[in-house]
Amino acid sequence: MTAVASGPRRSVPRVALSARSTAGLVAKIGVLALVTALAVALTVPLIAEGSWGLVAILVAVTLAIYAIYLIPGLIPAKYLVPGTLLLIAFQVIPVIFTIFIAFTNYGDAHRGTKEQAITAIQTSSVRQVEGAPAYRLAVAVPADDPGGDVVFLLQDPSTGEVLLGTVDGLEPIDAEVSATGGITAPGYTTLTVAEASARSADVQALIVPTENGGIAAQGFSQAFEGVATLSYDPDCDCVTSVDGDVYSADETRGAFVNEEGDRLAQGWQVPVGLSNFARVLTDPIIRANFLSILVWNLVFATAVVGVTFGLGLVMALALNSPRVRGLKTFRALIVLPYAMPAFAMMLLWRDIFNRDFGLINTLLGIDVNWFGDPTTARIAVVLIQVWLAYPYMFLVCTGALQAIPAELSEAATLDGAGRFQNFRHVMFPLLLVAVAPLLIASFAFNFNNYNAIALTTEGGPFPPDSPQAGATDLLISYTYRLAFGSAGADYGLAAAVSVFIFLIVAVISLIGFRRTAALEEINRGG
Amino acid sequence: MSPFRRFTTLWFPEVGWRYLVAIAAVIVSLFPVVFVVSAALNPQGTLSSAKLIPDEISATNFQRLLTETDFPRWFANSILIATFSSFGAVFVSALAAYAFSRFRFRGRRPGLMFLLLVQMFPQFLAVVTIYLIFARVTELYPPLGFNSGWGLMLLYLGGALGVNTWLMKGFFDTVPSSLDEAATIDGASHAQTFFRILLPLVAPVLAVVGLLSFITIMNEFLLANIFLTQSPSKTLAVGLYGLVASQRDNNFGLFCAGTLLTAIPTVAIFYGLQRFIVGGLTAGAVKG
Repeated sequence: MTAVASGPRRSVPRVALSARSTAGLVAKIGVLALVTALAVALTVPLIAEGSWGLVAILVAVTLAIYAIYLIPGLIPAKYLVPGTLLLIAFQVIPVIFTIFIAFTNYGDAHRGTKEQAITAIQTSSVRQVEGAPAYRLAVAVPADDPGGDVVFLLQDPSTGEVLLGTVDGLEPIDAEVSATGGITAPGYTTLTVAEASARSADVQALIVPTENGGIAAQGFSQAFEGVATLSYDPDCDCVTSVDGDVYSADETRGAFVNEEGDRLAQGWQVPVGLSNFARVLTDPIIRANFLSILVWNLVFATAVVGVTFGLGLVMALALNSPRVRGLKTFRALIVLPYAMPAFAMMLLWRDIFNRDFGLINTLLGIDVNWFGDPTTARIAVVLIQVWLAYPYMFLVCTGALQAIPAELSEAATLDGAGRFQNFRHVMFPLLLVAVAPLLIASFAFNFNNYNAIALTTEGGPFPPDSPQAGATDLLISYTYRLAFGSAGADYGLAAAVSVFIFLIVAVISLIGFRRTAALEEINRGG
Repeated sequence: MSPFRRFTTLWFPEVGWRYLVAIAAVIVSLFPVVFVVSAALNPQGTLSSAKLIPDEISATNFQRLLTETDFPRWFANSILIATFSSFGAVFVSALAAYAFSRFRFRGRRPGLMFLLLVQMFPQFLAVVTIYLIFARVTELYPPLGFNSGWGLMLLYLGGALGVNTWLMKGFFDTVPSSLDEAATIDGASHAQTFFRILLPLVAPVLAVVGLLSFITIMNEFLLANIFLTQSPSKTLAVGLYGLVASQRDNNFGLFCAGTLLTAIPTVAIFYGLQRFIVGGLTAGAVKG
């Protein structure tokens, strides 16, 4: 039977396929050509740099793509590859690296390798010596990147030759020196004194390494070559200063430390095991910050979800009646906050809560320093988020209410249930089953709602003794400050806090989903 | 029964309170928006002079915004990044949802569970690493690095699977598979079944996912703020933030004008696709 039946059935698609799939074939060839071109373009800089490991990965990925799309069958893989590749490259790998960094001391004080740290220590210890030759100096920036690193254009006093000085050292450059002493070079924009002084911190920080020490700016038109007061001695693996201090390399801390336990500021990156996690749990200041932020973080997410759900539900119930005229207009106006750009409305609300000119104080005739006091600041950020999010809950509850079959509540009414009983025992449990996953998702979202804090209070108000952790900080904004704040980057610690956030959200979501499943079972059983 | 008693015992508990709630909600929803409109039209343009009803009305703020700042660039950047990313997100997650909904293959269940898990570690928690990775990318491939929309779009697409795939898979499952089988018998390839038969049938959920991605990306600030530091490359969120970060009082009128112009595309798309939204959101919810 099978032979007879499958004969004609097979032959039909074969004819149709060859006729119809020409377009598909062309598309497939086009996409593979594009993938190849992209892979070649990505490989060129890697080869130039000699990163053979990355080249190998790229080639392997390209070959895998070819295999999946050229071998017949493997149909699910053909559909999963694009999203999965993006997911791996831009989410899974960053997450894995984050966990990896959490086990290192990576940060401003531990940025690169030991060699880089030694160079940085030696050049930054450069002190001017009496009678050292003075270079004529012009401060410049790359012409195509005015905000980029500053460089020095230096004219050697003895030869008149102009050199380009960067953190990597000196190199000759074809430059012009005007009669008044201004130096210009192709590819660079020479800064005026005013422009240079606007970046004076960068100018002072730049020390061009030379054989004996380095060249540092003095003012904005002169530079001196000086000698290093700290120098590295490979024999003892230590740094000695001209005063006779000895700093030995401590490979477990990634820093040079002297006998008194003082360390040189610039260290290098080493694995530190669990010490970042231990710091979060044991360092008195960090632990106190972390715990108080965690508690507030939970309160914030719970309050936002609870209040928005309550308001949304009341409004959905109120407008879930054909007897209300202008229903559509009401609905359209109420959901407006959800359609408005949230980031802009947060910035606006920040100004509505402004103490001096804000609408709230002006309209109510009060003088509350909303963002200046921890309690009012917390109330304010919850209110702002509630305003932004309650239309979403309104929409969700409306949808869920409309999906509940009318017969159910009619039956309950026939059985003699009052309106409240009907709602409490029939409508609400059904509604909760439908919206519970969304409530959990909303909780997870608000738990990490960076915008709600960064665009309003920026974490403040800050207690006078703790500039790192503010009263309205969420863990995510605290992490961001640890990593990118003005106090200097501590990527290792920030990554460790990220891992904690992940664990907390994962546990809460799992519990939430468990209970939702239980809820569903109960309702099915009943 | 007297008219008054009929009002208090019948009309109000049945219908009247509904109007009360609705009107209160409309006032709460609208007043900040009214404030934005009036501040945008108020030629004095400062926060200290802003009121609910301005004394005079002019387009000064809009003129200054369009001529003195990079606002048109920010606007174009935001629209382009959000449009490309949300189309990309819809496309890759629809492909994945098709595989998960229609094929039974090894690793299907672990794959679905993995998507659920990965979603709990949102990209921005890896912000440190993303910054470090893209600092390297900027050295190697400047067009994909900082101050370029392309790198940012790729990054947004990296988070495209996950919740979107679940939402779509739930919707795909509601389309009877007899339709696909009929198409296969008629000689359609799996690609033809997907693009010609299935995609048109699941248009509502595509619209919802596209809309949600568009709104999310228009509002994305954390990653964009790290990526886009030069004014011409900024998005609206980063640009408008910069406008009021330093000159909060003076630029308030400009900021409100910018907010209104920013709202036009999101509000238009939102109301255009509104009829899909309620159904789409809860379809995903009921499926879990």
